[in-house]
Amino acid sequence: MPTSIKDECAIVGIGQTEFSKFSGRSELQVTLECVEAAIADAGIERSDIDGMVTLSIDGSDEIAVMRGLGSQELKFFSRVPHGIGGAMSLVHQAVMAISSGMCKTVLGYRALNGCSGNQPKASAVGGPLSTDQVHWGWYNPYGFSDPTSWVAMFTQRYMHEYGATAESLAEIALTMRKHAVNNPNAMFYDKPITSEDYFNSPFIAEPLRFYDCCMEADGGAAFVITSTERAKDLPHAPAVVRGVAQGAAADQEVMTSFYRDSITHLPEYDLVAKQCYEQSGLSADDIDAAVLYDAFTSIVLYQLESFGFCKRGEAHDFVKGGTLGLDGRLPCNTNGGQLSEAHLQGINGITEAVRIIRGTSVNQPKKNDHVLATSGFGVPSSAMILGQSR
Amino acid sequence: MLTSIKDECAIVGIGMTEISKNSGRSELQLAAECVSAAIKDAGLKPHDIDGLTGFTLDHVDEIEVARTVGIPELKMMSRMPHGGGAPMSLVQQAVMAVSTGMCKAVVGYRAMNGRSGARYSEGVADGPETTDAISWGWYMPYGLLTPACWVAMHTQRYMHEYGATDEALAEIAVAQRDFASRNPNALFYGRPITMDDYYNAPYIVEPLKLYDCCIETDGGAAFVITSAERAKDLPHTPAMVRSAAQGAAFDQEVMTSFYRDCITTLPEYDLVAKQCYEQSGLGPDDLDAAIIYDAFTPIVLFQLESFGFCKHGEGHEWVKGGTLGPDGRLPTNTHGGLLSEGYIHGINGLAEGVRLIRGTSVNQPKKNIENVLVTSGASMPTSAIIIGK
Amino acid sequence: MSAKTETAPSAPQRMRPVVGHDNREWWDHINEGQLTIQKCKECGTLRHPPRPMCWKCQSLEAEHMPASGKGIVYSFVVIHKPVIPGYEYPLAVAVVELEEGTRIVSNVVGIEAGDVKIGMPVKVSIEAVDETLTLPLFRPAS
Ligand SMILES: [Zn+2]
Repeated sequence: MPTSIKDECAIVGIGQTEFSKFSGRSELQVTLECVEAAIADAGIERSDIDGMVTLSIDGSDEIAVMRGLGSQELKFFSRVPHGIGGAMSLVHQAVMAISSGMCKTVLGYRALNGCSGNQPKASAVGGPLSTDQVHWGWYNPYGFSDPTSWVAMFTQRYMHEYGATAESLAEIALTMRKHAVNNPNAMFYDKPITSEDYFNSPFIAEPLRFYDCCMEADGGAAFVITSTERAKDLPHAPAVVRGVAQGAAADQEVMTSFYRDSITHLPEYDLVAKQCYEQSGLSADDIDAAVLYDAFTSIVLYQLESFGFCKRGEAHDFVKGGTLGLDGRLPCNTNGGQLSEAHLQGINGITEAVRIIRGTSVNQPKKNDHVLATSGFGVPSSAMILGQSR
Repeated sequence: MLTSIKDECAIVGIGMTEISKNSGRSELQLAAECVSAAIKDAGLKPHDIDGLTGFTLDHVDEIEVARTVGIPELKMMSRMPHGGGAPMSLVQQAVMAVSTGMCKAVVGYRAMNGRSGARYSEGVADGPETTDAISWGWYMPYGLLTPACWVAMHTQRYMHEYGATDEALAEIAVAQRDFASRNPNALFYGRPITMDDYYNAPYIVEPLKLYDCCIETDGGAAFVITSAERAKDLPHTPAMVRSAAQGAAFDQEVMTSFYRDCITTLPEYDLVAKQCYEQSGLGPDDLDAAIIYDAFTPIVLFQLESFGFCKHGEGHEWVKGGTLGPDGRLPTNTHGGLLSEGYIHGINGLAEGVRLIRGTSVNQPKKNIENVLVTSGASMPTSAIIIGK
Repeated sequence: MSAKTETAPSAPQRMRPVVGHDNREWWDHINEGQLTIQKCKECGTLRHPPRPMCWKCQSLEAEHMPASGKGIVYSFVVIHKPVIPGYEYPLAVAVVELEEGTRIVSNVVGIEAGDVKIGMPVKVSIEAVDETLTLPLFRPAS
């Protein structure tokens, strides 16, 4: 029995559509487009795909994708829960399936008309009484029903306990935007912002301002993953999975884990980090670049601390002075992130992490031996470390 | 890298609530009770569990289960799609997680107020524009709304092509009820039916009569899986997982794969059977008993054929004369099945499969039970496992 | 005489709590004017939101004990956007830590949203926010 999945599998293909406010087509079509692109990029046949995985909230069933691809059979399929927390869980599922011999090549995908379409709302009512509905029922009556406000609740306390200020958040917002300005596929391509723009922007939910928040988008992204052995015969430099993990921690809620002793760190991120480092034998010092889930600026701070780039409570100082920029200690979200490339619920983090390993990011960091990619905040989460083929 | 998961893991705990028409409590409580019971049955504590897997259809999030039963952290969470096709996928998930070192012990669960809450017989309803909703849109306007309708469509053609009659279906319905009548946890405990009862029952959707259809029930069921190594130290005879496979086949729909050349076999079952036999190195002759997903009687025939107990088109003959009974070639659904024990989406069947390996079924066959097949729902992406001593 | 009755266009209302098996008793107490905390009958652990099993001892037996209603603001937000019908903005929402140790989310009212502070003492005020909904709100404790 393997004790770690280190280096067993590699991401060999990536694909995505354009990111926009209005895709003008069905989510299934967007899915099929990015899936086709990923398969072509991997240099494999459609019939080589014998497993598929997506998020439980995705609107396109794997059997609909199968039919689109003309697939004869699938030996593995699954869904991972908790939306934004699930992006790297797709890799987790695929790695488990391949390295336990269940299938050979897995396609992961996620596409959404997140801006133009009818997205399922957290406040959804009607239907059978799910634990999820009961959960939202504790918050909706108070008008506390928007992701920005939930994240702001954590952020307020973080700032209070650690003396963090909006300066750190501005640093993150401006860095991500700077990266997006160079990325033709970003929604904010060529649309820079200044520090004044940041501080003059209105509050959405105090202490979070307009530029602390990502923008919803339409689009899709997909990846193909197979055994490292097989990856050697494929066209691109394989992005080898050194570690990949999921985590939910004690007293975990979805976005509202306010009942723990401390809400200024998230133990689910600690748990995910611990597993990634244990599996890979690496530490924060070995990570050259990162794609951190940044639907909101402040959540980057939590992740930097959990993944050990600085001590707890110190990330707001750590990020100052260009740390997350191309010449900083940890080039971060070189695609512009969820904040400024597009909010694709983190799936575009997988494609960018692979590009960094391949050396093909539009903002390519100088060093790219190991890249960390993480998933959403405040929910059961996931992360992976990719590395170069040896 | 593993080439097969054969015998890497074992099912070491099972737990169930009572099965009823009205549980009188939340689905979360049902889930918490059966998960807690499964952990206890395994001789473990909540903090020994580090993975949870369930159904996309379940209304109870795994994090609610974790908090409620006191599982402090989870390293693997997943949801398996397609309702009745999902149950053995949960086993596959658990085996993958344990055999790749992701987790030490994983619990799979399903809890539902399937009778007193939302009922599947009420049909499918409108929703957002998902591929799933679009798929249902081809059938809803015509009133083809419920599982019984969809299964009847396959059945009608099966009977036509192979000359099957409702005698074969009656055989299955009566055999399952016979088992259930001796199972105190079955909804139909102490209530056998006769062939006459079967034939005199009204049609639900022709050619399916009342007793061809499972009951809708409230209840919960769960299981615990850990490594074969660790299982040695736990109280019960481990049910070794010899194989666990999923399958979706060409032109697959959920319940409405009517567009294939042939609709009297289901290639997803063929695919799952092939993998189960490959992983385990076993064949149908090695299987001593089975838990065959039986939401409706005719789908048992499809599965017996795909899993190679008889040829395609011959299932309806093969089942006659008590083949599936306690002394037959393949004692099947010794708990009474979904038809007569209760409908907990096949996880109750898994619990019975484990009992057969342990030798503790209320209808334990006299012969030695070395290997048991457990399957999942028909006419959708599906899954199956083989467990053994 | 016309039998026709005029119905005023209904004012937008707050979203409703979702009430089921596991929290009905808690909401019943609110409707009777009492804030309560669920307590394990076996080991005494307090928990909020209410859930059916004790995470410490797995007991299914629980009762609801009256809470003092006193607490402090543990964290808070002031919401400006999006504007949802039925609420007034800027809207203050807080995580309140009750003196018994459990936390609860609610609105802080009776104070300018901008004046809410972490650590501020507050007290529960159970109020009918419209004809059919009663909520535990929190006001500054004088
Ligand atoms: Zn207790």
